Amino acid sequence: MNTKALTPSENLIEFRDVFFSIHGASREIISGVSLAVPHGETLVLLGRSGSGKTTLLRLINGLLAPTRGEVLVQQRRTADWNLIRLRRSIGYVLQDAGLFPHFTVAENVGLIPTLEKWESSRIAARVEELLRLVGLDPVEFANRRPRELSGGQRQRVGVARALAADPAILLMDEPFAALDPVTRAEMQREFSALARRLSKTIVFVTHDLREALLLASRIILLEAGQVVASGSPENFLQIDHPEVRAFAASLAVNPGAPV
Amino acid sequence: MSFWSFVVEHRDEIFAATLEHLQLVVIAMAMAILIGVPLGLLLVHRKFLRTIALGIASILQTIPSLALFGFLIPIPFIGGIGKRTAIVALALYALLPILRNTYVGLTSIDPAVLESAEAMGMTSTQILLRVRFPLALAFILAGIRTATIITIGVATIAAAIGAGGLGTFIFRGVALVSDQLLLAGAIPAALLAILADLLLGFLERRLRVT
Repeated sequence: MNTKALTPSENLIEFRDVFFSIHGASREIISGVSLAVPHGETLVLLGRSGSGKTTLLRLINGLLAPTRGEVLVQQRRTADWNLIRLRRSIGYVLQDAGLFPHFTVAENVGLIPTLEKWESSRIAARVEELLRLVGLDPVEFANRRPRELSGGQRQRVGVARALAADPAILLMDEPFAALDPVTRAEMQREFSALARRLSKTIVFVTHDLREALLLASRIILLEAGQVVASGSPENFLQIDHPEVRAFAASLAVNPGAPV
Repeated sequence: MSFWSFVVEHRDEIFAATLEHLQLVVIAMAMAILIGVPLGLLLVHRKFLRTIALGIASILQTIPSLALFGFLIPIPFIGGIGKRTAIVALALYALLPILRNTYVGLTSIDPAVLESAEAMGMTSTQILLRVRFPLALAFILAGIRTATIITIGVATIAAAIGAGGLGTFIFRGVALVSDQLLLAGAIPAALLAILADLLLGFLERRLRVT
């Protein structure tokens, strides 16, 4: 483990001129991305489907390896990390949660601590703490199976599971995209408050500008595998770029206007 | 003589043949499961071995059962006349449904579940044993159920190479043109198959994870 204490200015994640293409295919999915994520930032990767945002996320926890360039996590190249150690130190939440259907909620949340051979009393205490943190009553939910949960509840369990071993980094791949609009808005508000409290470094992928503006400390806009715009939520919409304007137009609601 | 009085008169013989039949099936199935399930686990990450193993098992399945019994007789150690040869042949026959269902069950898991398992830092062995295998159990059991029913039927032919079982009545019935002898073998075999189907079907439903 990294015993060196991190100062807030240090970059937890860094991309250095990263390219990625699928073996044998000519089209590049990521072409020449460089960016740094400092400690405690909530970085939102915004882009249309196929813009490369999920690929960028998977390059961080080593589910994919860059074709060229390098990705650094905690100042160390992902190629030099033991991938199992790397992944256990990064929380990951994906769109349909990916909960294990044969495990109870408690077993899902406690999986990484179990693999890390924590004592069972410590695991139980951690699971209870995390379920409360994400707004689920442990008494009611700990022994349920994922199929007995609503979409929003499943996603809460997904977040709790990702936080189990207290990772410094949290990766989220459109975690709220499959929820109904009302539940989604609730989850966004709660998660925004949670993220501030936890002071994790978060990389959050979405195609929803509203969500990006709500959650981000910085927004990066991707188009065809390249970073085309970057800014804080306050100034993002003022950036003069056609893709930014296209996203801004998606926000506009104009009742009664011809479609 | 009516069929029923024939059954009553020969009940000890029929009962002994049924037990013998069951013994052939249980030993052959145990062998097929002990080979098929671990082999299926091995095939998940080995493409070359998968092609070969599934190919061989498919070919074995296409050999007519009587011929398979015949082919095994001249082979040293496992061959010869009797139970041992029959059990080996039955196990080879049962292998394909078990192997194929194990492999298909292990590989038809929700991609989001596998992705999160990988992203959480589970090793491929942990994913195989803690995620894929428990989720594939109902599938594997369905393969075992199919194989058991096939084996109960095919085991009647094992009497042709002197393995005993309910086939003895059927072959004698054919030779003597006696419906009573034929049915005394066929009906218990059919009942065994139905019972196995119900029992394993029940287990399969219990193990299914939705």
